[in-house]
Amino acid sequence: MTTLPDGRYVDDRPYAPEDESEVRNPDLDAPNWLLIWRRFRSHRLALLAGIFLLLSYVLLPFAGFIAPYTASERHADHLYAPPQMVHFFHEGRFIGPHVIPLTAEADLENFRWTYIPDRDNPAPLKFFCEGGEYRLAGLIPTDRHLVCAPEGATLFLLGSDRLGRDVFSRILYGAQLSLTVGLVGITVSFAIGIVLGSIAGYFGGFADWSINRVIEILRSLPELPLWLALSAAVPSHWGPVAVFFIISIILGILDWPGLARAVRSKFLSLREEEFVRAAEMMGAGPRRVIGRHLLPNFLSHLIASATLSIPAMILGETALSFLGLGLRAPAVSWGVMLNDAQNLASIEIYPWTAIPMLPIVIVVLAFNFLGDGLRDALDPNRP
Amino acid sequence: MAILRFAVMRLLTMLATLVVVSALVFVIINLPPGDYLSNQIDELRATGQEAGIAKAEFLRKEYALDRPIWEQYLIWVGFAPGPQGFSGMLQGDFGWSFEFDRPVADLVGEALWLTILVNLAAVLFVYAVALPLGVLAAARSKTWVDYTTAFVGYLGLATPNFLLALILFYYGHKYLDLPIGGLMAPRFEGEPMSFEKMRSILIHLIIPTFVIGTSGAAAMQQRLRANLLDELSKPYVETARAKGMRESRMLVKYPLRVAFNPFVADIGTLLPALISGSVLVSVVLGLQTIGPVLLQALKSQDQFLAGFVLMFVALLTLIGTLVSDLLLALLDPRIRFGGRET
Repeated sequence: MTTLPDGRYVDDRPYAPEDESEVRNPDLDAPNWLLIWRRFRSHRLALLAGIFLLLSYVLLPFAGFIAPYTASERHADHLYAPPQMVHFFHEGRFIGPHVIPLTAEADLENFRWTYIPDRDNPAPLKFFCEGGEYRLAGLIPTDRHLVCAPEGATLFLLGSDRLGRDVFSRILYGAQLSLTVGLVGITVSFAIGIVLGSIAGYFGGFADWSINRVIEILRSLPELPLWLALSAAVPSHWGPVAVFFIISIILGILDWPGLARAVRSKFLSLREEEFVRAAEMMGAGPRRVIGRHLLPNFLSHLIASATLSIPAMILGETALSFLGLGLRAPAVSWGVMLNDAQNLASIEIYPWTAIPMLPIVIVVLAFNFLGDGLRDALDPNRP
Repeated sequence: MAILRFAVMRLLTMLATLVVVSALVFVIINLPPGDYLSNQIDELRATGQEAGIAKAEFLRKEYALDRPIWEQYLIWVGFAPGPQGFSGMLQGDFGWSFEFDRPVADLVGEALWLTILVNLAAVLFVYAVALPLGVLAAARSKTWVDYTTAFVGYLGLATPNFLLALILFYYGHKYLDLPIGGLMAPRFEGEPMSFEKMRSILIHLIIPTFVIGTSGAAAMQQRLRANLLDELSKPYVETARAKGMRESRMLVKYPLRVAFNPFVADIGTLLPALISGSVLVSVVLGLQTIGPVLLQALKSQDQFLAGFVLMFVALLTLIGTLVSDLLLALLDPRIRFGGRET
């Protein structure tokens, strides 16, 4: 203990701050992403949905490898074949995975195909075999498949459609378009929404007024008729890739108002904050203030809300293709496949042609759960 | 008087919006290259049918399709005189359908009323379902009632409208003997309205209403539940309970009234979605609304018909939003008088 000339006492021990606060609360001092991850993890359903979606997107480039057939391979003598089971036991004996071959017979009384299983000749499946040629990830031409149909038999896990194409394989190929349409669309909508929303919110005045009117008008119009009208304007001679991009852009163009409105209201409240004033004082231009100081504040929330609007786009694409104004026949998407299931008669007799609706429902549900979970996890006000 | 001024202001805004929308619609229907008639003329020329060309050329002049696009727009709306003087939509002339060779007004006639009927039924259905379910889910939150409604709601949101339509149609017909296709029994088509026809329409309405309304009801119910839950955690609710008020009475008297606002305001987002849905569902179920007409017109580039239907759909939404805004202003004085502060 030393006494200073002015009579104060000072401790002689070297200054060693105790990291008490950190020790006391390691939980609260964890980095932000860890906190968010912890909160997100407690949402079982959202976690599950997230893993499922991640897996689906990772597998997209390999759809051709997993699918036993290619998207347009036709089996003229297996039209409307029912789904086939993969069996493991034949007459009580384990002989590995195999299918029962089917032969088609025309039922001239009801004018439909009936299929007669040939139970005596189980056909074992082949793995890592050669099948129809496709491009892995759209680049590498190959003909290797994870599993193929045995000689003289077919492998229609979910049946075949009107032209004898494998529904299961087509669902996998369709996923490539149906799942990415939402991503492209949301990118377009994100870009327009953030740019216009931040201009409106940051500058205010006339820009704000006019952007707001545009938002109001677009929001007050029903989406589907506009989608229909816009996609009816797509020239019919365009290739599938061009049509795919234009359709996703159309989906995105009508989606941005909601996002822009959210961005704008955030900006209105944030632009009065002191850190914005400080940045401006130091000479930062609007672009830097918006990009470096304002947007990162709520980008994560925007991502969560974007997750919630992807399903709308997936459903939109499905609806457009279903009505014949979206993606067109050589392209395979879930909506295009459902186009075949348009009439009740075919669903009643061949229920498996409506199976593509299952992946749609599952994916849309998964996006909803994931979005809800993300939103809850990112909201600091929630326990 | 404040409410009257509010209403007039809203009406003026709506009219301005309508003008912008008409320009937007006109641009969209003119996006495809050429028009119905010039395409037809090309086709006739290619097949060597000279006779039809004269008529098509005549119609082209008659409907001012040979003029620059902005003039066409002004004539179409009725701001500028066309070949027969002022005869645009403002004057009640909706144009000519080239494909059906009939005036648009004749063609859509009954479809307009049926469209309004279907959408009205859907709105009523949404409110009738969402209100009790939302309140119930909030009052009994975290019980099986809540979870079941949430699950059904999620399913309703995730199932594409048109698939639900197909499924319900099939099962409705199979087990409940509900009629298939259309909005009325075929024998009533074109007949004047009668009690029997009304009944037939109502029975045919059941499935479309259900299909169109489900996703809207699911979204609405979830929002009402969230709003109500927010209110339920406020101190005044605690006070009411502490004073021994009956739960149901307390719920209806205080939190529900506060949570009701967004519920009414939501019609602005609900209506466009419902009308979108009704167009799609009408195509699938073959209802005689303007949905199939629109699709057909868009596919064949029948521009006046498509333009009129798009305008009608937009008008329907705008009027719906207007009504909901007025209702909201009646319901909540804060909105009515909010304009004065600024």
